[in-house]
Amino acid sequence: MSAATPAIPHGATNLPAKDSPWILPSKGKVGMYCLIFAETTIFAIFVVAYIYYIGRSPFGPQPKQVLEVPILASICLLSSSLTIWLAERALHKRAMGQFSLWWGGTIALGLVFMIYTVLEWKKLIYEDGLTVSTNLFGTTYYCLVGLHAFHVIVGLIMLSLTLLFGFMGKLEARHTERVEVLSLYWHFVDAVWVVVFTVVYIVGR
Amino acid sequence: MSDSALPMPGGGVRDVTPERPSTGHTVAGYPVRETFLEKAHSWVVTVDHKKLGIMYIVYSLLFLVVAGIEAMVIRIQLAVPHNTFVSPQVYNRVFTMHGTTMVFFVGMPILIGFANYLIPLMIGARDMAFPRLNAFSFWMTALGGILLYYSFIGGVGLSNAGSAPDVGWFAYAPLTSKAFSRGHSTDYWALSLTISGVGSIGAAINMIATTICMRCKGMTMFRLPLLAWLYVVQAALILVAIGPLTAAQIMLMVDRYLGGHFFDTQAGGSAYIWMHFFWIFGHPEVYVLVLPAFAFANEIIPTFSRKAIFGYPAMVAASVAIGFVSLGVWAHHMFTVGMTSVSNAFFALSTMLVAVPTGIKIFNWIATMWGGKIRFATAMIFCVAFVFQFLISGLTGIILSVAPVDWQLHNSYFVVAHFHYVLVGGILFTIFGAIYYWYPKMTGRMLDEKLGKIHFWIFLIGFHLTFDFMHIPGFLGMPRHIYTYEPDRGWNTLNMIVSCGAVFQSVAIAIFVYNLVYSYFKGAEAGADPWDAWTLEWATTSPPPAYNFATEPIVGSRRPLWDLKHPDDLDSQWE
Repeated sequence: MSAATPAIPHGATNLPAKDSPWILPSKGKVGMYCLIFAETTIFAIFVVAYIYYIGRSPFGPQPKQVLEVPILASICLLSSSLTIWLAERALHKRAMGQFSLWWGGTIALGLVFMIYTVLEWKKLIYEDGLTVSTNLFGTTYYCLVGLHAFHVIVGLIMLSLTLLFGFMGKLEARHTERVEVLSLYWHFVDAVWVVVFTVVYIVGR
Repeated sequence: MSDSALPMPGGGVRDVTPERPSTGHTVAGYPVRETFLEKAHSWVVTVDHKKLGIMYIVYSLLFLVVAGIEAMVIRIQLAVPHNTFVSPQVYNRVFTMHGTTMVFFVGMPILIGFANYLIPLMIGARDMAFPRLNAFSFWMTALGGILLYYSFIGGVGLSNAGSAPDVGWFAYAPLTSKAFSRGHSTDYWALSLTISGVGSIGAAINMIATTICMRCKGMTMFRLPLLAWLYVVQAALILVAIGPLTAAQIMLMVDRYLGGHFFDTQAGGSAYIWMHFFWIFGHPEVYVLVLPAFAFANEIIPTFSRKAIFGYPAMVAASVAIGFVSLGVWAHHMFTVGMTSVSNAFFALSTMLVAVPTGIKIFNWIATMWGGKIRFATAMIFCVAFVFQFLISGLTGIILSVAPVDWQLHNSYFVVAHFHYVLVGGILFTIFGAIYYWYPKMTGRMLDEKLGKIHFWIFLIGFHLTFDFMHIPGFLGMPRHIYTYEPDRGWNTLNMIVSCGAVFQSVAIAIFVYNLVYSYFKGAEAGADPWDAWTLEWATTSPPPAYNFATEPIVGSRRPLWDLKHPDDLDSQWE
């Protein structure tokens, strides 16, 4: 029973001095990297399923017949990675007007992408008659592209809230790290699109 | 014993407030006893890692009893041939619920609960990195368990009660399709695993962020307690493993609700791919469960051997190696589906490779005990039994990794015996050890050692009766998941012995539960550091105040409390 050991500060040799700097990584960023890692495994499984099932639908519309390559939407989504980076840089310089501009631009680009997806799905459903239950291609296509679109929507909601806080003057210097964490997520959503685009519209078509 | 004025390494006397944290109100300085509702409310809304940790543990222990009763139903049914204790349909439900509950609502949450409680205390932090995410994760896990058991009521609608999932814990397609699994029981199964998976991912993110970003001053990565290291590897495995499970469950639900064709062979889908997706989750899951067991042994064995852990860097390296190797072994669950011989060889060899880092660990535990002044407290004897039993389960694992042997033994009771040897003989034994070791820290009272020893010996006898003898009917060809068997197969006596062992285990668990309750009220006062241990959680009071440490500690070695107690023989000069 030893809680009552003598109260002497001892001279442990590699004890850091009390005022020496002790720098640890940002927990927000570490947490977001972990989330991205977990999300990557979910996407990986859907991508593997998509690739495994390419060309295995015995009936119903095939990708070649109904899919069009979404070049404009892809350019919009990918360039939003650049605009969000510019917004971050503006926030670091405390240029709030510039920040709002680039941040709003990011949201607009994301919205264009989502609108394209909506139109694409509308065409597929009403003109080509392709739904989740039509055939294996429909099942895998809507799941993979839908999972990504779901992530875009979540991202857009969070980006819009941030913009709203910015307009209300609630976005302060101490929040820059949170903004950086959010932009990490957005970069991830963009990077996933590169894979989804390649698999669905280039390899699978 | 004095709890106050505990000196911390590196700087003078630290004021550790001795009294229990009072959450209630006071009148004229005297605490007013909270009403039950107030108390319950404070637990429901808490974001404190210690309260959440205890909730995880209590929640899991409740499910341990439930799933244990299910195991007893299985054993009663199989005790004699042609038994009709339950109907075949109920039997299928019971073994499905037993497996699912034990893995997802006992194993995972109890280990995450210990992580929650111990990691911040051990690394000298005040809480987890994301306290609210922590509470969210717990309640998601809790909701998952409730959903699973609600299936008893909601499986085929309220009018026709009593239909839990009956597809086995790995739920192979196409049995789970709408055509073969009617009603909603399989939906409850899929939904409950998806939801508790979200909780597990949240908890894993929290564990990694806490360990990396919340360490107290001087706590470099190579001064981390091994428990924290093991939990980092475990959390990384959760992040890799739960994703595929969640994805597979989403696919299953798309198939069942939206008429998708992922696992529908008539529309070009594949039942085989479900196996891959499930076991890409399923095998790392084994290591998700066993790494914390190693973590407990890593803390308990040195304390009771009165020696520092042998080969700290080798232990860290071995844990990380196990993490990586475990990602490449999943298809050893699928040797009988007809893979190519290259795949068979690859997965057989990668499975055997796991034996190398685990062997390093076993040697290090033995070397830690070697020449130590061993105190055979209950926590320690559970860990000693663990080392021996884990070795046996590893050896049967190597037998099963040889693909041609597996073709003979696949889906037999030999496999059931093997993985129960890991899960009970390895993991449950260290969980008991951990409860005996940290219960004083959590409650401020010691568990009764005499009852503990009785619990240990009865459980040990029951365990060996059940699971040693279970290997033999496996060799004799008894398949798993069977409802009953013919009396002329030569399995009768063996099955009776196995069932008798289960009775011993139930008695031991009853003693354990009694001990938990009895000691909470009547146990001896524990004091801050009852085991004379060396990690930071013993530097604060038992139970610790809400803020853990009045002043954040500063550490100079892997065993800060050793440095504190032995200023003339510092650990730091040897590391």
